[in-house]
Amino acid sequence: MLNFFVAFFTLKFIRKHLNTKETLPQYDQYLKILNFFVVPFLLLLVYTTFKRFLPTINFGWFLIFSAITYVLWLLRQNNLASSLLKAGLPFYIVNSLRDFLEYLMNDFVEANDVYIDFLFLGALFWMVAFAISTNNQIKALKKEEEKNRIVVGENEKLEMLVKERTSEILAQKEQLESTVEELKATQNQLVQQEKLASLGELTAGIAHEIQNPLNFVNNFSELNIELISELKEALTSNDKAAASELIEEILGDITQNTEKINHHGKRAASIVKGMLQHSRTNTGQKEPTDINALADEFLRLSYHGLRAKDKTFNADFKAELDPNLPMIDAVPQDLGRVFLNLINNAFYACNERAKNNTQTQAAESYKPNVTISTQNINGTIVVTVKDNGSGISEENIEKIFQPFFTTKPTGKGTGLGLSLAYDIVTKGHGGNMEVESMVGVGTTFIIKLPIS
Amino acid sequence: MKVLVVDDEEDIQDLFLQKFRKEIRNGEVEFSFATSGEKALVYLHQHESEAILILSDINMPGMSGIELLREIVEKNTKPKPIVMMITAYGDDETRNKALSLGADDFLNKPLDFGDLKERLFKR
Repeated sequence: MLNFFVAFFTLKFIRKHLNTKETLPQYDQYLKILNFFVVPFLLLLVYTTFKRFLPTINFGWFLIFSAITYVLWLLRQNNLASSLLKAGLPFYIVNSLRDFLEYLMNDFVEANDVYIDFLFLGALFWMVAFAISTNNQIKALKKEEEKNRIVVGENEKLEMLVKERTSEILAQKEQLESTVEELKATQNQLVQQEKLASLGELTAGIAHEIQNPLNFVNNFSELNIELISELKEALTSNDKAAASELIEEILGDITQNTEKINHHGKRAASIVKGMLQHSRTNTGQKEPTDINALADEFLRLSYHGLRAKDKTFNADFKAELDPNLPMIDAVPQDLGRVFLNLINNAFYACNERAKNNTQTQAAESYKPNVTISTQNINGTIVVTVKDNGSGISEENIEKIFQPFFTTKPTGKGTGLGLSLAYDIVTKGHGGNMEVESMVGVGTTFIIKLPIS
Repeated sequence: MKVLVVDDEEDIQDLFLQKFRKEIRNGEVEFSFATSGEKALVYLHQHESEAILILSDINMPGMSGIELLREIVEKNTKPKPIVMMITAYGDDETRNKALSLGADDFLNKPLDFGDLKERLFKR
C-alpha cells in the first residue's frame, strides 16, 4: 500500500518540479493518466482483502514505477531527475524483486523475510534521505532563483539607470561641444579684436610716419616747380656763359629733388604696405624676412603711435641692430605683431614708472629708455626688447604668457597680446621667448629664432 | 643771420638750402644743421658768443626738442639764443610747454616756408 502512496506523490512531484509538461510533452499526458489511475489502484488495494488479486495489483504498481523510472531516465540530465532516480532506484529494485520473488518463490521469501524486510527498509531510508536532501536542494535552488530574479531585477534597474545617465551624458556632451564651438568663435573674435586694437595703436604712429615723407614729397615737388621756372628764365637770359652755369646747377638740383621725391614716396608706400600686411588676415605664409627692418619699423611706429596718443609721453629709444643678420623664413605680419606688442609694453612700462616717479618727486633723474637689439648667436637670431620701466613682480611674471592675463586697467588691454606673441614665436616659428624682470629696474624680453 | 636747424630727418637740410637759396646767395642767412639734440648742444658749445637762431624739431629719438630747449635755457648763454620749436604734434599742451620753458616761437609741420621766412626776418 505504501508503494502506491510513494508512486502517487512521486508522480505529482515529478510533474510539478521537473515540469514534464514542457520538458517531455509526449510523456506528460501518460504520466497524468498514470497519476490519475494510482488513486483507483490504491482504493482497490484498500478494499481488496483477497490475497489472490495482490500480484496483479503489485504488477500494476511495477508498471507505474517502471514508467516513472523511465521518465526520470529520460530526464537524467536534470539534476533533480537524476537525484530522484538515485533515490528511487534501490526502492524500485528491492520492491520489484520482492514482489516477483513472492509470486514465484513464496517459500524462499517467507524463509528470508527478515532480510528482505531489512533490504526494503534500507531502500526506503535511502529514498527518504535522498528525498530530504533533494528537498533541501530544491529549496536552495529556489533561493538561488529568487536571488537570480532579484539580480536580474537589479540589473534591469541598473540598465535603465545607465541608459538614463548615458542620455544625460550625451546631452551634456552635445552641450559641451556647442560651448566649445562658441568658445572657439569667441577666441577668433578676440584674436581679431586684439589685432584691431594693435592696429588702432599703430594708426597714430603710421599717420606720423606717413606725414613726414609726404611733407618731403610736397616740399621737394614745390621746389622743383620753382626751379623749373628759374630754369626757363635762365634759358631766355642774354648772358649765355652765366646762364649755362646756372642751368647746370638747377638741373642738378631738380634731379636730386626728384630722387628725394621718389625716395620719400616709396617710404610712405612701404609704411602703408606694412600696415596692410598687419591688418590682413594672416595666410601664415613664410617668406624671407629682414628681422632688422621689421624691428626698426615697429619701434618707430610704436613710439610715434604712443607719442600721438599721449602728448606728455616721451622716451628715449634705440635700435641696436646686427648688420650681419641673415634673412630668415618667417611670417612678417606675425613677427611684426610680436615686436609691436613687446615694444608697446616696454613704452607702457616706462610711462608707468615715469607717472609713479612724478608722484614720488623722482621725475628729474629718471630717463625712460627702450632698446630693441638683434644678434646672430650660433645660428640663432636673438632679439631683445629691453626697457627700464616699472618691471614685473615675481607673482605676475609666471602669468604673463597666460591668455587674458593683464595688469592694465579694464578696457586698456585684452590680456591676449603676450599670449599670442608667445604662440607666434614658439608654435609659429619654432623659437622661444623668455622674460627677465626686476621691479623698479626694468624688463627684458628675449626672443630666439632659429635661422634654418 | 645764423640759423641752426635741429632735425633727425637729414633731407630737411637740402630742403632748407634750396628753399632759402636766394637768401643764402644774398648772404641774408647762413644755415647749420644738427641731426640730434646732443649734436646741437656740441655745435652751440663750439659757437658760444655767436648770435644763433635755433630751429628745432621736438620729436626726435634721444634728446627731444623740449629737453634741448631746457638745456639751452639752463646754460643761459649770452647773447640768449632765439629758439623756435617745430612739431608735427601741434597740440596746445606741447605748445604751452615749449613756450613756458622759454621758446620764442612755435611752428607746425608741414612747414610753411613763406610763413617761416616772415617770422625769421621779422627778428
